[in-house]
Amino acid sequence: NMASDEDSDEDFVTYGTPLEPLEEDEPIRKPVPVHEQTVKDEKGRYKRFHGAFTGGFSAGYFNTVGSQEGWTPSTFVSSRQQKAERQNARPEDFMDEEDFSEHGIAPREIVTTEDFASERKDQLKDKARAVSSLAALIPGDPGLLEELIAPARSSIGVELLRKMGWKDGQGVGPRLKRRQRKQNTDAVKVHGCALLPSGSEESEVGLNPLQALGGGSESAHINLFTLQSDRTSSLFGDRNSGQKRRGGIAGQAFGVGAMENEDADIYHKDSMSNYDTVLGGEEPGDGLYGWTAPQQYIRKKNDSKRDVVYLGRILDGFTLASQVTEIKTVYPPPDLPRDYRPVHYFRPVVDSSTVSPIVAQALLTSRGHLSQEAPQQGRHSLGSSQRRDMLGETPLQGPSSVFELLGSKDRERLNEIRSVAKEQNKSTLSSRFQSTTPQPDSLTSPAKTQASSETQMALNAWSGPTADASKTFKPFQKNPQKQARYDLYINKLKKGDKEALESSLDSSMTEWERGRERDEFVRAAVLYKPSNSSLSSRFTRSKHEDDTDSVEVTRDQENDVDDKQAAVKMKMFGKLTRDTFEWHPEKLLCKRFNVPDPYPGSSTVGMPKIKRDKYSVFNFLTITDSSHVSREGPSASKPPGSSTTLPHLTPEVNKKSRWDKTGKVSEPKDPLSAFLSETRSEVSVAKQIESDGKQTEPKTDEEEKEEDEEEVRPPMDLFKAIFASSSDEKSSSSSEEDSEEEMAPSTSEPIQISAEPLNPPVSAQITPAPDISKVPGII
Amino acid sequence: MAFPQPRPQVPQLPQHLLRTIECQQGAVRAVRFNADGNYVLTCGSDKSLKLWSVSRGTLLKTYTGHGYEVLDVDSSYDNSQLCSCSSDKTVILWDVASGQVTRKLRGHAGKVNCVQFNEEATVMLSGSIDGTVRCWDTRSRRYEPIQILDEARDGISSLKVSEHELLIGSVDGRVRLYDLRMGQLHVDFIGSPITCVCFSRDGQCTLSSSLDSTVRLLDKSSGEMLGEYSGHVNKGYKLDCCLSDKDTHVLSCSEDGHVYFWDLVEGSLTLKLPVGKAVVQSLSFHPTEPRLLTAMEGHVQVWGAEPEDTAKLSSVC
Repeated sequence: NMASDEDSDEDFVTYGTPLEPLEEDEPIRKPVPVHEQTVKDEKGRYKRFHGAFTGGFSAGYFNTVGSQEGWTPSTFVSSRQQKAERQNARPEDFMDEEDFSEHGIAPREIVTTEDFASERKDQLKDKARAVSSLAALIPGDPGLLEELIAPARSSIGVELLRKMGWKDGQGVGPRLKRRQRKQNTDAVKVHGCALLPSGSEESEVGLNPLQALGGGSESAHINLFTLQSDRTSSLFGDRNSGQKRRGGIAGQAFGVGAMENEDADIYHKDSMSNYDTVLGGEEPGDGLYGWTAPQQYIRKKNDSKRDVVYLGRILDGFTLASQVTEIKTVYPPPDLPRDYRPVHYFRPVVDSSTVSPIVAQALLTSRGHLSQEAPQQGRHSLGSSQRRDMLGETPLQGPSSVFELLGSKDRERLNEIRSVAKEQNKSTLSSRFQSTTPQPDSLTSPAKTQASSETQMALNAWSGPTADASKTFKPFQKNPQKQARYDLYINKLKKGDKEALESSLDSSMTEWERGRERDEFVRAAVLYKPSNSSLSSRFTRSKHEDDTDSVEVTRDQENDVDDKQAAVKMKMFGKLTRDTFEWHPEKLLCKRFNVPDPYPGSSTVGMPKIKRDKYSVFNFLTITDSSHVSREGPSASKPPGSSTTLPHLTPEVNKKSRWDKTGKVSEPKDPLSAFLSETRSEVSVAKQIESDGKQTEPKTDEEEKEEDEEEVRPPMDLFKAIFASSSDEKSSSSSEEDSEEEMAPSTSEPIQISAEPLNPPVSAQITPAPDISKVPGII
Repeated sequence: MAFPQPRPQVPQLPQHLLRTIECQQGAVRAVRFNADGNYVLTCGSDKSLKLWSVSRGTLLKTYTGHGYEVLDVDSSYDNSQLCSCSSDKTVILWDVASGQVTRKLRGHAGKVNCVQFNEEATVMLSGSIDGTVRCWDTRSRRYEPIQILDEARDGISSLKVSEHELLIGSVDGRVRLYDLRMGQLHVDFIGSPITCVCFSRDGQCTLSSSLDSTVRLLDKSSGEMLGEYSGHVNKGYKLDCCLSDKDTHVLSCSEDGHVYFWDLVEGSLTLKLPVGKAVVQSLSFHPTEPRLLTAMEGHVQVWGAEPEDTAKLSSVC
């Protein structure tokens, strides 16, 4: 500029640190490594770099950010009394004075913004110029005025265009001829970027690219070709005041160069007809569209059979079909009658046998509500005799079996062969899988075993005392003959007849039919086997494992449930319905309940268990225990001191056989137990006398009223000696787990407390009541 | 001058509806007062357990953590802990204040029907459909039960704990009384599946309701029947029964939508409180006052002896 030309060099302000003057001889200095590069602020203090997100350089008061004294984010604290204040932080809160300075990101001083700055953004120059212009005292300087009003910087779009070789005043895009414009003058629809009022046409000669390119610059969207300063041009009046915004494309602003003759026509109105509205071109001249002719072909196909004359090009290797392919006629669904209602009412089906003939007849005449049995069955569910009956044929008179046609010798031979085969069958199969039916040889062995096991199951289910036949289910009720055969089979099953199945089948039927019926019967017999009364009642948990020989059972068994049920019915609750058992709580549980352990020495938890042989005869004896007080229902109510039984004695007295503590009071009605108790008492008395010598400790005291109730039984060893086989030894050896009992020498000592009169009651009061059931066995 | 001794009052029955609480947790499986009767615990079928204030009927806390519907709950004597049991076979010990699960105990093989603290909340006892009662230690970190009581032959439907006794009702039709002090187990045969058992407040009797629509009062020590109460309907549901605050009346839920009050001594029906149309599933009597909670479908009703005007407003939370 002129002003700057006049200025001398002193007017320039240097900015930044000048490079040191190069000295030729100086050796090339090594570049300073990054970690040694330092930054100082304007006062010469070192600036520390804290990282981009932690404040940049020298954050906080005297670089305290990050140090212990520095700024730390406040934690959110809010209480009911002291609500947290909503803080509206402005960006300035996070800025320091450098940012507010002239070159900072938010200068506080009034500065020409970039939009208003000149093209070459040299603010210093501007300043100088302003100073000089003031000095020049030419207020009407047009250049200055221009700069004040409309900054000379052009927008990025224009800059880009310039970079691409565009010159000011030139149009952009392919050239347009005037002719084409005139063709479209009558078009009403306008699509383009901008529409200038027609009156302004003359003024637009010498296109100002800013306006031409600007399009709808007043719209809110960001326009690459607009500067903020363009909006200021409305100072001179709104040039687009008459313009109405319309949708779509408008104008061909890029059409004609400004320097060309046709320039006046660049804003011609485009019409929609210039554009294709559908994909795909118009029909080319030859009428062929690729290798098929979709449009025409389809159109012609619709109207007539002329489409045989295929107009398209036929591909190599294909010929036109000589005949039209037949079009399948599609029949419409039948019209529903007007009063049709799409609801089906099921008519009650009445069995003719249960209805009186008059009613049945009435039903039949009135639309046939009677069920018809036979036709509903499939062909295969009818037997040959049934089919014969239906067809009205007479039964065949000839031999019903092939065997009858054979000679007697042949028959014998066949039978022999059959019996031999049967024997072999039996031997191969396990003995319990006795095949009850002569199997056809074609059957494979697994199938055989299965079938035979099923028959065996049926046999097991039905044989023995079961429900009477009248109650049994009749699966073949619809076919009386078959049902009769089935009943016969069932009856034979009940008698335990192993040949029940075969003998009850109809010999006149074919082998295939018989086979089917055999299967059906067996299956039905298994399926509808009589239900035990115990089965119908609730299932209970299995406490026995099936595999082991010995089984752990709770020592004390509950009394008979039937008695209790009867008692409940009579509302005689109390003694009859109550059972009392010994039960050992876990030590910890006692501790938690603040209760002393009732059995301090015992390691048993829960109900005392014993091992017994599963199938030992002793399991079936009513094992009773005289010492048990279960019959003494209200024992808990008694004061602990008046305990009915002997207290816990010294350890050696505690030694006893495990059998001694088992069982309960025997049932008086049971003759066996009565007998046992008799023998028991005898033996125990004898033993008592024997062992009296060793005895140091006093015996139990039992209340007098108990005596009559209580029977005493001998140790189980006696029973064992009488009843048990040698296999029972196992149980005694296995019983050693029981902590309480195994110390006893098993031969002679274990003796029950016997007749009480022999044992004078001594110190009953010593021990607490909980030891009720621990009556010592050895005395 | 001394006032004359007041005549013994006729025991008041909670027959006035004070409040209805819509629990919004599906069907309410059980409703229980806490130990002092100021709060209500409801077990929902939507797996949640809710704590309510009785006086205001407001929801105080929701405890979530069960995997299936909650079936029973009990609160410790000091209100600091809850235990609940669920169909998901677990027993959960809760911290009341924080609502956090303190311990989740697995071990039952089936859904757990009932749960109870002992007096000092040192042991939780849970009875399950698998027929066992498990005693869980709340003090130690063990996840195994202290002891398993597997004497029942069928599912456990109800259990109560007294100072040193466990009263357990089972579907096998027997009420078992485990006496820890004596080391004895008394089995009382009732015959019909037991739905609920409870001790009388004096600790001398046991009450058991069974599916033959009968509630029986048995002498605890001898097992003799002291009273038999019937008239209500209890054929399929696991319904609760209880005694009133002064042991004057026997209460039972019924499937006909009533709560039945019988005079304990005479055995006569005193009151048939209409609760609603559906089955009254659960009930709980206030430990000291004549106040009753009933649960029917999704809501809980609070009943008092005197109508309370302010309480008429039903609160919905």
